[in-house]
Amino acid sequence: MGGYGDVRLLREDGLRLDGRKLDEMRPMTIEAGVLPAADGSAMVTHGLNVAVAAVYGPMEAHPRKIQRQDRAVIDVRYNMAPFSTSDRIRPGFNRRSREISKVTAEALESVVLCERYPRSKIRVEIEILAAEAGTRCAGLTAAAVALADAGIPMRDLIVGVASGKVEGIVVLDLDKAEDNYGQADLPVGILPNTGEIAFLQMDGDLSPDEYNLAMEYNFKAAAEIHEIMVDALKRRYEGGEN
Amino acid sequence: MGWLVAQNGEKEMSNGQNGAELRLVTPGMAIGPLAGKRVGSGTIAQNDTIIATRLGWTKEFNNTVSVDPINSAYMPRSGDLIVAVVAEVRNNLWFMNVNGPFQGLLPMSLAPWKVEFGAARQHMGIGDVVLARVQEVDECHNVVLTMKGVGLRRLTQGTTVSVPINHIERLRGEGNATVQRLRDAADSRIIIGENGRVWIDGNAEGTAWARQAIALAEASGHKTTFEAELSALEQNAPKKGDA
Repeated sequence: MGGYGDVRLLREDGLRLDGRKLDEMRPMTIEAGVLPAADGSAMVTHGLNVAVAAVYGPMEAHPRKIQRQDRAVIDVRYNMAPFSTSDRIRPGFNRRSREISKVTAEALESVVLCERYPRSKIRVEIEILAAEAGTRCAGLTAAAVALADAGIPMRDLIVGVASGKVEGIVVLDLDKAEDNYGQADLPVGILPNTGEIAFLQMDGDLSPDEYNLAMEYNFKAAAEIHEIMVDALKRRYEGGEN
Repeated sequence: MGWLVAQNGEKEMSNGQNGAELRLVTPGMAIGPLAGKRVGSGTIAQNDTIIATRLGWTKEFNNTVSVDPINSAYMPRSGDLIVAVVAEVRNNLWFMNVNGPFQGLLPMSLAPWKVEFGAARQHMGIGDVVLARVQEVDECHNVVLTMKGVGLRRLTQGTTVSVPINHIERLRGEGNATVQRLRDAADSRIIIGENGRVWIDGNAEGTAWARQAIALAEASGHKTTFEAELSALEQNAPKKGDA
């Protein structure tokens, strides 16, 4: 991700190609409880990304060798649908989906009170139906809402958000062109109430100042996304006091 | 920081406790300062603040702040009366589906019959439904069931209906008042298992009506309009002896 010199990603008026400001997020909507068969579920649309997460369990962990005697294990399966991108993706697990499943599971394990369910497993299925950069963040956010919807005890809702660098300038929430032709990408999982970081990856190079600015953008966006998450959960049960 | 818990008198809870469950909280949300209050289920204390760990309604009772979860898995507790389904049979025990994360174990020594080693299948097979009690749950969530006790038996007739765990209280009503009304109106035997399974045994009309009433209690058992809605439904209840 060294950047592509002749690709212009910022307009002359300082805005980005899609008209967003540097610290502006793509539009996001979240809906909780979209899958009746799951114990908890959520759908996140973020720009052109569409991520659906379903939570099953806690259930007895099988095979028994994966059981932990003192806590639950979180089994995450992140998958991109074959039709989610312009080029068809070969169905099934690949290196990238394994990596994202692993880091998502580790991020979720830091917020879920796993010690409440020893020897059990919580299954989280994340399906990306449409992809436009930032799917791991959309998937993480969807998983957090789905876990809350399933009644799984958590310390906080975890929010997935990313910043990056294009044409030497730090921007929030990269779209596909910025992700492909930009210079850096910094996806993080933030616990908005405590300000903790449960997940951080970086692709490309950022100076310390750029990193600090990117994190500032990320925290600001995390607060916005958290409000949307809370609103989605409340909307599901509004009026009915279910 | 102000309290998110509704104060006494705002709403009478179905079990007669004062203090309402009116505020919906999400995991991580601060409910209020600790200030000498006790931390109940669905909450943790963090930096002198009570934090919700589940999506649900806050309530305060006996100086304890807790969250009534909107969704939750059944976690067996010793003494629970449950409706369980046989999931596996071994020579000397049955594994039971208790509608929770873990299977329950019913050893032949705790069955109501004298069972010879290897003859477990002759008494109960996979899919059979029983009324059992949770004898013991250890720290590793091993669940041991018993069928030795008054009324504990294999359920050979009737039907079962599943209800969310958190709706059981509203289905029972205060002092079991609601479920007793349903029994009378449906002219059926109705047993509510703590694990979210309800057993109904009556004629076809009574069972169908009981299902309707259970759905109503689930949907509006906590609302002030429930009494009127249930009374209206009772007008359509099958007459006794209709079968």
